[in-house]
Amino acid sequence: MSIESRQGHRPDEIRAVPLRHPGRWVATIVLLVLAAMLAHSMVTNPHWGWGTIRSNLFAPPIVQGAEKTLELTAISMLVGVILGVLFAVMRLSPNPILSGASWTYIWLFRGTPVYVQLLFWYAVSYLFPVISLGIPFGPSFLHLSANTLITPLVAAVLGLGLNEGAYYAEIVRAGILSVDHGQFEAAQSLGMRRVTLMRRIVLPQAMRVIVPPTGNEVNNMLKTTSLAVVVTYPELVYQTNNFIARTYITIPFYINACIWYLFMTTLLTIGQFYVERYYARGSSYALPPTPIQRIRRNLSTLRRIPFSANGPGEF
Amino acid sequence: MTEPMVRAEAVHKRYGPLEVLKGITLEVAPREVMCLLGPSGSGKSTFLRCVNHLEKINSGRLYVDGALVGYEERGARLHELREREVCRRRTEIGMVFQRFNLFPHMTAFENVAVAPVLVKKEPKAEAERRAQALLQRVGLSTKVDAYPNQLSGGQQQRVAIARALAMQPKLMLFDEPTSALDPELVGEVLDVMRGLAEEGMTMIVVTHEIGFAREVGDTLVFMDEGVVVEQGAPREVIANPQHERTKAFLSKVL
Repeated sequence: MSIESRQGHRPDEIRAVPLRHPGRWVATIVLLVLAAMLAHSMVTNPHWGWGTIRSNLFAPPIVQGAEKTLELTAISMLVGVILGVLFAVMRLSPNPILSGASWTYIWLFRGTPVYVQLLFWYAVSYLFPVISLGIPFGPSFLHLSANTLITPLVAAVLGLGLNEGAYYAEIVRAGILSVDHGQFEAAQSLGMRRVTLMRRIVLPQAMRVIVPPTGNEVNNMLKTTSLAVVVTYPELVYQTNNFIARTYITIPFYINACIWYLFMTTLLTIGQFYVERYYARGSSYALPPTPIQRIRRNLSTLRRIPFSANGPGEF
Repeated sequence: MTEPMVRAEAVHKRYGPLEVLKGITLEVAPREVMCLLGPSGSGKSTFLRCVNHLEKINSGRLYVDGALVGYEERGARLHELREREVCRRRTEIGMVFQRFNLFPHMTAFENVAVAPVLVKKEPKAEAERRAQALLQRVGLSTKVDAYPNQLSGGQQQRVAIARALAMQPKLMLFDEPTSALDPELVGEVLDVMRGLAEEGMTMIVVTHEIGFAREVGDTLVFMDEGVVVEQGAPREVIANPQHERTKAFLSKVL
């Protein structure tokens, strides 16, 4: 009898012998051995310096350094994002002067190392000892010594922010280009001017493409701020180096700094997840579940379907 | 005689060496519904897009409500209009697209209410009250908070019509409004358009719906290869086409 003719009768659940995966066992054993070796070293080798880490993890200079790292990341990212949006819109402008200026900026700051840019801004007083405000080639009203104006923070923000702006401009440009051309036409046909069209229609849609690489950029920026050591900005690595110079202990303090960096980047990753969810509204795919929703869903599937072919598949 | 709502005089449009419009001359009177018919590539959509200056014409003259589109004539010379003025004139012309082009990050309600507030600086309450009324009019008062991707094609297109009407235009342009729809959804959009026509809206409709052109249209214009081949009362053109190209086209779509 065919299946159709027995409607109402469900065929039996498939209970097949599961496929064996010998490769997984081999990989598990290799990894376990390596992990055991590492753990053994961490316990028996005193140079890991767990005690040093424990007593210095929250040492005031280290905590302050981490705060400075976050502060510099936030300011530099803010400068980078503002410049990036500005230069991306300029780059796509029908005005050839604006788009040419934007191209040149991106070419210059993306084409030179950020390390050298930081050193350049730190040393800029060599080029312009006095910075004046006034009429170009005419009288000026305000004179400032570059040495007092360019503090380590200003040099670091100039170096990191201007560099980030060049990269971010390309990310924003990709986002704008990802928006369907029909959106521009619909907005134009409603009489929107270019500025309104960009701000209210195009950029909010571009955000879906812009946010994931932005998370990447913030993550990168957080770690790149460590280069601000060269402009004597007292961030996390600067403080770590101070400890090393005093104690001649290296690795434990590096691990100490890494713990802080990992902690901060993890927080950022969590933040990015929720920002992405926000900008996914109105898009064609379902929102990814939050961790809490995911746990709840897994628990409920565990309860309902013990083991069968239509349970969660293996990947 | 009243001023025509749209007047085209020998309108030409080129894309590089490709001439898409080769001298279009026609008039649309106020309250008239003109249907543009023709094979793809005949320039119907391009002409429509010229009317609200989404495309610049290369020669000829195009007037909407007595004013030159995109330019100002001072003495013997044409001066390009400033963006502000181009945009102001577009607010008087509603446009509905084949692919709907709703703003996907806004609900149906926001789609309809956004432009009057941002462009015409209308008070928010006023724009929202009208958005609500317009969505009710196109039969979507229960879908106010839905995002476009939660709506069917027919519903999306009706929101798009409401969005265009929210600007209170004096002319509506429809660019193949039902071509991207499943056959069963075409009717609900045509019904809304028929209602608009009955209320006296001036409309130019690029369409392949012969039935709609015959019943609702006041004029039917058949275009091919960038020229107007034939125009007249829809029933007559459809029943008794004068040109071979019109006959050939109608025999395929009827």
